[in-house]
Amino acid sequence: MSGATASWGRRADVGGAVASLSGIARSILAFVVVLLIIAVLWESAKWIGGGIWREAFGITLNPPHQPPLRITQLNDTNLPHVWEVIGALFQPATRRSEFNLLAVLLDAALFTWRGAAIGFVVGAVVGLALAILFVHSRLLERALVPYVVASQTIPIIALAPMVVLWVGRDWPSVALISAYLTFFPVTIAGIRGLKSPDPRALELMRSYAAGWKAVLWKVRMPAALPYLFTALKISATASIVGAIVAEAPTGIAGGLGRAIIQFNQQFTSGPEKLWATAFVCAALGIAFFGLVRIAEMIVLRNRQREVGP
Amino acid sequence: MSDEAAVVAIRGLGKTFGADGSGTVALSDIDLTIRPGELISLIGPSGCGKSTLLRIIGDLTAPTSGTVEVNGKPAARARTDRDYGMVFQAPVLFDWRTIESNVGLPLEIIDMPRSRRAGRIADMLALVELSDFARHHPWQLSGGMQQRAAIARALAFEPRLLLMDEPFGALDEMTRERMNTELLRIWEQTGITIVFVTHSIPEAVFLSSRIVVMSARPGRITKVIEVDLSRPRSDATREHDRYFELITEVRESLKSGGPGRPAEEQPEQVR
Repeated sequence: MSGATASWGRRADVGGAVASLSGIARSILAFVVVLLIIAVLWESAKWIGGGIWREAFGITLNPPHQPPLRITQLNDTNLPHVWEVIGALFQPATRRSEFNLLAVLLDAALFTWRGAAIGFVVGAVVGLALAILFVHSRLLERALVPYVVASQTIPIIALAPMVVLWVGRDWPSVALISAYLTFFPVTIAGIRGLKSPDPRALELMRSYAAGWKAVLWKVRMPAALPYLFTALKISATASIVGAIVAEAPTGIAGGLGRAIIQFNQQFTSGPEKLWATAFVCAALGIAFFGLVRIAEMIVLRNRQREVGP
Repeated sequence: MSDEAAVVAIRGLGKTFGADGSGTVALSDIDLTIRPGELISLIGPSGCGKSTLLRIIGDLTAPTSGTVEVNGKPAARARTDRDYGMVFQAPVLFDWRTIESNVGLPLEIIDMPRSRRAGRIADMLALVELSDFARHHPWQLSGGMQQRAAIARALAFEPRLLLMDEPFGALDEMTRERMNTELLRIWEQTGITIVFVTHSIPEAVFLSSRIVVMSARPGRITKVIEVDLSRPRSDATREHDRYFELITEVRESLKSGGPGRPAEEQPEQVR
């Protein structure tokens, strides 16, 4: 009996790990499939309403394809071919550059990610600290939560130049603005999560004469974790957007924000560079989201996934 | 027996919900002495305040009037001294902890050293016959097993008093009867005093040394019935003539107890 049940337990754990691995594989596959569908739709639209096709995938078309419609939004300046965007990644970033665009953009992505990640961590810590404070003081919750909400109505575009003036034209400004966008979802989800335990669980802790710290660390925080991870996934992408938006209007050099400004100015001569930059921005956001998702799967691996027997 | 030897001594207790005594009277004029090693059932129709009485003994709610002493101390002091364990209708196990870690939670809170904790957890799991499931998570266990784990947790720091609020109310009849036998075995093995809230007459008769019958609006004690069934009790006890006589006696007391109807027909609202 004991051997049987123990091995049943182990098998359940291994089964869970296999299930989550195949889950990851499936979601990556689905993502790639959707990406391909978008590429196909993109090129189909250009086939119908874009500019003249002289080549496709590097193969010369003879005679060139004449799309039946001419739609401005779909011409080669506004919507370059997918292969041109991909090809641009492997050509020199600028005429004088010794690095290709991909290397330059990855370097910029790393710079942006550093600011965003530091801001994300600071924002998560501050956000959680606020949530803990609010859960323990109804007065502070009532007094301050409206200001927390109001803080998010100020456009980052308005705030970023001021922050740069105070903090300086470098990554700490980026981190601060990222933190500003990150903390809010964490605070709101944290309040809900920390209040989520069954009232009887709190009474149980009271019957053990547990102090508020024990209640916080042994009941409230573990109960809040699923809520917090939901918020952190939102915050991960928000922190990247925040970092880019902070860099762009303030001229902080080295990051994706600056790259967007630069390639925006060169749009008419090389639109594929701006598109490539946009894709790298998206990829960075997705990668950061994925990182938090993996952390979530590791931390919450022992939680109940469905209603028990 | 004098009050000094009582595990629980309740004098002139009343409880009114709502603002400044204007609200609903939940309990009034409650006097009850519970001696060491007793297994007392509180039974009554819904709204008779039996759960409220249990919560007052456990210092989870304050009384409006009267006094409650546990082990000769005010209830609040007894709580901070960790004199009692608590079991609710739901097991309230934490699904991020294994069964052994759930049972060990109160020991972590009283700062018992890790080395001593492991031994105590093993003893408690053996007591409720869950040793094979120590590393399982709560959701992998049946309802009865989860409730056994909750009992093991309540007994972990060896309290002298166990407060149980309809602990088997959510279980099916067969599991419930098995759990009743289990609880008697644990009670006899540990010698602990138990206060047990139930709305099941057979359960109260089978388990108790005394049954406290309560009536509703306001909640009062209408009768205290000594259960003179021999021990140890077993499934055979459930076929004794005396067992059925006692069931009838409790039922009659509930009927004559006041305007409230027996809670069997009117299930207590799950909190």
